[in-house]
Amino acid sequence: MEELIFGRLTLREIPYDNPIIMATLGGSTMLLLCITFLIWYHGKWSYLWKEWFTSVDHKRIGIMYVVLALVMLLRGFADALLMRTQQALAEGSAQGYLPPDHYNQIFSAHGTIMIIFVAMPFFIGLMNIIVPLQIGARDVAYPFLNSVSFWLTASSAALVMLSLGLGNFSHAGWSGYPPLSEKYYSPGPGVDYWIWGLQLGGVGTLMTGINFFVTILRLRAPGMTLMKMPIFSWTILVTNVLIMLAFPALTVVLALLALDRYTGMHFFTNHGGGNLMLFTNLFWIWGHPEVYIVILPAFGIYSEVAATFSRKRLFGYTSMVYASVAIAMLSFMVWLHHFFTMGAGANVNAFFGIATMIIAIPTGVKVFNWLFTFYRGRIEFTTPVLWTLGFIVTFCIGGMTGVLLAVPGADFELHNSEFLIAHFHNMLIPGALFGYFAGYAYWFPKVFGFKLDETWGKRAFWLWIVGFYLAFMPLYALGFMGMPRRLLHYDNAHWQPYLVVALSGTLIIFGGILCQILQLTFSIRNRAQLRDETGDPWDGRTLEWSVPSPPPAYNFARIPRIHTRDAFLAMKNQARDTEEVDYEAILLPRSSSLGPLMGGLTFVLGFSLVWYLWWSAILALAGLLGCVIARSWDEHTEEELPASAVRAIETALRHSGTSAAGTEEHPSLQKFAFERNPLP
Amino acid sequence: MTPAQPLLDLGNPVREHPDHDSVDLTTFGFWLYLMTDCVLFSALFATYAVLHKNFAGGPTGKDLFDIPYVFVETLCLLLSSTTTGFALLSMQRQDRTRLLYWLGLTALLGLGFIGMEIHEFIRLVSAGNGPQRSGFLSAFFTLVGTHGLHVTIGLLWMINLILQIGRRGITVPIQSRLIRLSLFWHFLDLIWIGVFTLVYLMGVRS
Repeated sequence: MEELIFGRLTLREIPYDNPIIMATLGGSTMLLLCITFLIWYHGKWSYLWKEWFTSVDHKRIGIMYVVLALVMLLRGFADALLMRTQQALAEGSAQGYLPPDHYNQIFSAHGTIMIIFVAMPFFIGLMNIIVPLQIGARDVAYPFLNSVSFWLTASSAALVMLSLGLGNFSHAGWSGYPPLSEKYYSPGPGVDYWIWGLQLGGVGTLMTGINFFVTILRLRAPGMTLMKMPIFSWTILVTNVLIMLAFPALTVVLALLALDRYTGMHFFTNHGGGNLMLFTNLFWIWGHPEVYIVILPAFGIYSEVAATFSRKRLFGYTSMVYASVAIAMLSFMVWLHHFFTMGAGANVNAFFGIATMIIAIPTGVKVFNWLFTFYRGRIEFTTPVLWTLGFIVTFCIGGMTGVLLAVPGADFELHNSEFLIAHFHNMLIPGALFGYFAGYAYWFPKVFGFKLDETWGKRAFWLWIVGFYLAFMPLYALGFMGMPRRLLHYDNAHWQPYLVVALSGTLIIFGGILCQILQLTFSIRNRAQLRDETGDPWDGRTLEWSVPSPPPAYNFARIPRIHTRDAFLAMKNQARDTEEVDYEAILLPRSSSLGPLMGGLTFVLGFSLVWYLWWSAILALAGLLGCVIARSWDEHTEEELPASAVRAIETALRHSGTSAAGTEEHPSLQKFAFERNPLP
Repeated sequence: MTPAQPLLDLGNPVREHPDHDSVDLTTFGFWLYLMTDCVLFSALFATYAVLHKNFAGGPTGKDLFDIPYVFVETLCLLLSSTTTGFALLSMQRQDRTRLLYWLGLTALLGLGFIGMEIHEFIRLVSAGNGPQRSGFLSAFFTLVGTHGLHVTIGLLWMINLILQIGRRGITVPIQSRLIRLSLFWHFLDLIWIGVFTLVYLMGVRS
């Protein structure tokens, strides 16, 4: 009976015996309570619910995605710091301070969180905010679906975070290879947290992929042909194709592993006719394109930043587009290079090795395009440009080690060594994260109407880049010295100095993160001085800079007609007089509480499945079905903003300063007025 | 009378006013969803292909599959695709009675298909040949079951739609949903043809 109600959930699942977890848990619970209390104290809960959580505005959803990514970045980085400290200490007789079981969870959580809950929501947030603005659209194709996608992602992130304090997280690595991830070897809830965290969030990502693909293909402003589209939107288009083709494979592989674990089937088991290499293949058919899913958007950001701050048009736009498409196609032909050691035979390995090396060609095209964009430009060394330059140099090093790893013979030596760790961090940190940081600094004034503090931004950059080299270059050497990845403890005094250097690098990166926190704090405090009234602080070239910052809910009062690439630059050069224009009524999607509700139900579903609470899993599923049916009966999903209101908002935004003056005249404007002052 | 909607228009006409709730836009998105579903089924087919000889000492397809039975099941589903087509024709003629009639028939045929599938599963499981028996049977149950799950969701959707048509008539949003449902249904038909050929017909060959 007790099992029927509580499944396998007991109070013993709280890890009382681990002081590190309990301290973290206590601290984060306190923090959460403080935030909750502060929001309640300032009476902001209803504001948050009405204007943010239930919002279907792509800009708001984008901001929430980025906030989620930044919070999860702190968690993922804390994991990194713990691991680096452990490895710097645990040589010979010293055992370090982490118990083995906890250490295994840390490296699994670090990988899962950094890829799925930092990189993904970060770029999805940026694309949510920017893509509709860049292509001259009023919203995404399916605004409500967008909200559901976000809440699925947020609730699966919450599920992964919960595993810290209730039960444990997977200890099978972020890629969860069987047979270790099978029930027989991992009976606890850890792998189940991992499965449902990825699975439910993955569904949200897949819907986002469809949403933005349709948005870009169908909602572009008239005249904007594909080859006149800003390059960031292009890379996002390609990324979304990758999401649509790759994520179903992840859904399948996780579902099959779940079936093995929950119902005793034999997909990946050692006995009963299972085949564990099937998991590895299916996982990397998703996993390799996933690398490009997170990197291509950053490539797009670098391209925008390089062109804007060099005061030149992007060099080789067409080749940039073709290179992105080529990378996308090749990304589906290289998955086997993650396990050359499977023993597929020399010819198969040679094919995948060569296909892998070929990817260096379109990537090289891109690097030269960025260099030639900067060449003879009037470069302004702003924070986004620093991130871009740091990326170009660092990424080339990572790319070269990648070509080395693509040689199957060399891979047999370096497989699962610290060399591999160094290589993929060398691709993903500059290749993805630096790009998102560049985009964060570049588009921040568009989103909030004031710039970020440059001094602290530059400090953050220098600490990050110096820290990065110190943290990861020693790992290449360690790989050559034969050190395997994921070691809790080792007996080799020669390795320790390198690991101490790596730890010092990590601490310097920590300094960089602190600078970023300070940057945000100081920028909010000094927002009056950093205020940008023009909506175009960088003298931008693309359409997102043509609307006021922050943009009104409908983005464009009038949809612009596009004639060239760098459409906004062309408009500025023509300097047409647009004072007297006719505004038209605009249909806006209505907010919906079904998004957060479905996210909540998804969380309950995931939680119930992890703990075998079958009754509540069934209730949550029924609730989700009910939400979908309720939505299908709702005929009032849009509301009309009358032309007079559009006129009033536009006048207020274009002519007055910081306040939304003039909105008092029109009652329906009140709800749009906060747009001007997102940080009261 | 509402003008008939084009069933599927994948072109990108230059539209003066991009309207984000047109039938066209949702149909396009749904069609893309079907393509992602196609990738999902490809992965399941690939899984079946890898595991289809992993009998682990258990029964083979030849021992288990009852081709005439599955053939009748297949006919149910194929026929339901035809009736969906007639439903769509009635929708274009704004003929509510006929539309409901054809949709009802489709739902009955779909129900027949699902019923037969469940019956087949029960027969296999009760003979000790459940999905836990071998890698082959895990892959078989998962592939066929995933298709069945899709059909079940399609049936729920159809019932919801029948209720909506009864209450509201053939409005534009309902037409949009009907078009998408029919795409979904035809797609499931296509997948089933793959299942019938690759799993059942090729499974009984020696």
